[in-house]
Amino acid sequence: MWDYTDKVKDYFFNPKNAGVLAGANAVGEVGAISCGDALKLMLKVNPATEVIEEARFQTFGCGSAIASSSALTEIVTGKTIGEALALTNQDIADFLGGLPPEKMHCSVMGYEALQAAVANYRGEEWHDDHEEGALVCKCFGVDEGVIERAIRVNKLTTPEQVTFYTKAGGGCLTCFEGIEQVLARVNDSMVEDGLITAEAAYRIGSVDPRAMKAKAQPKQLRQPKVDIDRVMAARPSADVTAAPAPGAAAPAPTRMAAPAPRGPAVSPLAPSRPAAPKLTTLQKIKAIEAAIERLRPYLKADGGDCELVDVDGDTVQVKLSGACVGCQMASVTISGVREKLIETLGIPLKVVPV
Amino acid sequence: MKPVYLDNNATTRVDPQVVAAMLPYFTEQFGNPSSMHAFGAEVGGAVKRARKQLQSLIGAEFDHEIVFTSGGTESDNAAILSALEAMPERTEMITSAVEHPAVLALAAHLEKTRGIKVHIIPVDAKGRLDRDAYRAALSTRVAVVSIMWANNETGTLFPVVDLAEEAKAVGALFHTDAVQAVGKIPIDLKSTAIDMLSLSGHKLHGPKGIGALYVRRGVRFRSLIKGGQQERGRRGGTENTPGIVGLGKAAELAELNMHDEVTRVRSLRDRLEKGLLQRIPNTFVTGDADNRLPNTCNIACEFIEGEAILLLLNRAGIAASSGSACTSGSLEPSHVLRAMSVPYTAAHGATRFSFSRENTDEDVDRVIEAMPPIIEKLRDLSPFWQGAGEAPAAFKPVYA
Ligand SMILES: Cc1ncc(COP(=O)(O)O)c(C=O)c1O
Ligand code: FES
Repeated sequence: MWDYTDKVKDYFFNPKNAGVLAGANAVGEVGAISCGDALKLMLKVNPATEVIEEARFQTFGCGSAIASSSALTEIVTGKTIGEALALTNQDIADFLGGLPPEKMHCSVMGYEALQAAVANYRGEEWHDDHEEGALVCKCFGVDEGVIERAIRVNKLTTPEQVTFYTKAGGGCLTCFEGIEQVLARVNDSMVEDGLITAEAAYRIGSVDPRAMKAKAQPKQLRQPKVDIDRVMAARPSADVTAAPAPGAAAPAPTRMAAPAPRGPAVSPLAPSRPAAPKLTTLQKIKAIEAAIERLRPYLKADGGDCELVDVDGDTVQVKLSGACVGCQMASVTISGVREKLIETLGIPLKVVPV
Repeated sequence: MKPVYLDNNATTRVDPQVVAAMLPYFTEQFGNPSSMHAFGAEVGGAVKRARKQLQSLIGAEFDHEIVFTSGGTESDNAAILSALEAMPERTEMITSAVEHPAVLALAAHLEKTRGIKVHIIPVDAKGRLDRDAYRAALSTRVAVVSIMWANNETGTLFPVVDLAEEAKAVGALFHTDAVQAVGKIPIDLKSTAIDMLSLSGHKLHGPKGIGALYVRRGVRFRSLIKGGQQERGRRGGTENTPGIVGLGKAAELAELNMHDEVTRVRSLRDRLEKGLLQRIPNTFVTGDADNRLPNTCNIACEFIEGEAILLLLNRAGIAASSGSACTSGSLEPSHVLRAMSVPYTAAHGATRFSFSRENTDEDVDRVIEAMPPIIEKLRDLSPFWQGAGEAPAAFKPVYA
């Protein structure tokens, strides 16, 4: 039995805003019966103010799909179209107090339906570029299509990069071989297309999963209430890992388990990468401590903490404590800390837990 | 309100008599049956009794044809691997598209790592084996055939007695996963050509983690678990004596209750099925209605999703299961229903009710009462449901 929160159960057993909305002027339909879930989102938008005045849904799907749909209608009611478009699937999951990782795709369906409904309102066509495919990472509900897209768009060539961009493999790592296979296959086709060199392409077996730093156990299978990605809102689109293949465009931030929205590859929200200043070690330590300080409330909200241990050149050693330890999210926390540091300092750093 | 447990194909409640029989083997009777002293001797006698109880239930000619294992999965693995090892000159195996993962996952692994050619025989819309495809796959290159006696999801029975004869004609060994059949229908192995049979304790009111593999006398066997000389060298490791005693007792009780299973339990199942089909439109029974286990009802409701049904049933105090994708975390609905080409519109909404001798008439009444409003509620939420009468014409009930 899934470990649903009380709020998920409540929204499933007593769904709000279910049924057809007469006079809807923004309708989004996503999913298909063959996939096991489908959602029709109906909105009534005030053309003068662009405020969503009423929202209803019809859903074919499991308990969390129905709960996510109902939650979505509650979240968007009273918001403007612009505000609604800024929502992510994580907002839906958060509203429900979290979803089991295997069920995150239900919140993604809500996100997609909203995008589709807004496109419909504006008279545009929304392209569902969700390639589906097998679920590769169960901990984070990442399917093959999402991983494939992240690899291509960002020219990823290592399993570790795949984890940073999609979160796949950030937990128990049982999906490691699955990730390797997708990576090798996509890299091969990228070599053929001349996107990367044959030497850069990933070869199965060349990374020992034991050396990946996600040593965490999948103890806590629920997504934390605070998603590091969102803490990092509007983070620079600059590389968060080692520099991508030479000549590659700056990688776009990839939304978790969600298809990259149509549009420019680089989010217009993303500020340009700050120039790398030359810092003394002391300045570095101060800046790192300040960055961790800013992150701390979010970690604490999840019952965890993080503290700076040492700085050795470009390697920052941190100590995770509390709920972060042994939590499958530890690696995500670490990558989040790294992103925050890179964002603040503008220099590439390695963050290692000790 | 007393919960209604209708998920007996997943697992059964351990019979209190089984628990009572097991208890002494955790306490005073703790000896190792291999020991040369009184502690061991008494326990050795209990293991022998259990072997005889099982022998009787499945109609084996000799009690030493029973090898105790850790359950259905181990038995399946042991049987198939043994056959391939014992006949290295044969490099093919045959199985069906609707087997339990204990067989299918092993077959896929053998194909990938050892180059074993695996013939997967398809089934028709009622889940019946394609006999022509089976005959075409049989040859002297086949080391082992593994076809289940009864399917766990639909209850459909396979003609294993006939299939075994056909396998014997080409010299292939015949194994059957009878985990769902043992204890639910009469089985008499000595009158068949079946070489190996898997069974599992927890499906017949016995404990979990104990099972057995029947290996016909004279069948070449290579042990899966290497170790000591337990089970005549066929399964290393000190015996799970409380489990074995429990399995023996469960077998004895299953034999005593066989008549009840095939009559009263069957009539409970049939009444539930008729009641649901009458009250819920766009619903049909999957599997071979005329030829299935007496305890299993797999009913598919169009345009809704199984997990949602289970959650609402659970709230009404009713435990059932579903072949829906969402309950397993995978994206595909059950491989069994897909192999039967049950349309996606219904496969996601398939619900399995599986009975045991512990179920009552009242249980059936409760489900018949609870289910229609649940289906109605979910259909009202579904964007595909246009209301009864307007359902797509493509919909063809298999069972009336
Ligand atoms: C047909 C079938 N085979 C094998 C098994 C596995 O048995 P066990 O759980 O004892 O390993 C099951 C039970 O889930 C089953 O239904
Ligand atoms: S399944 Fe991907 S990290 Fe656990």
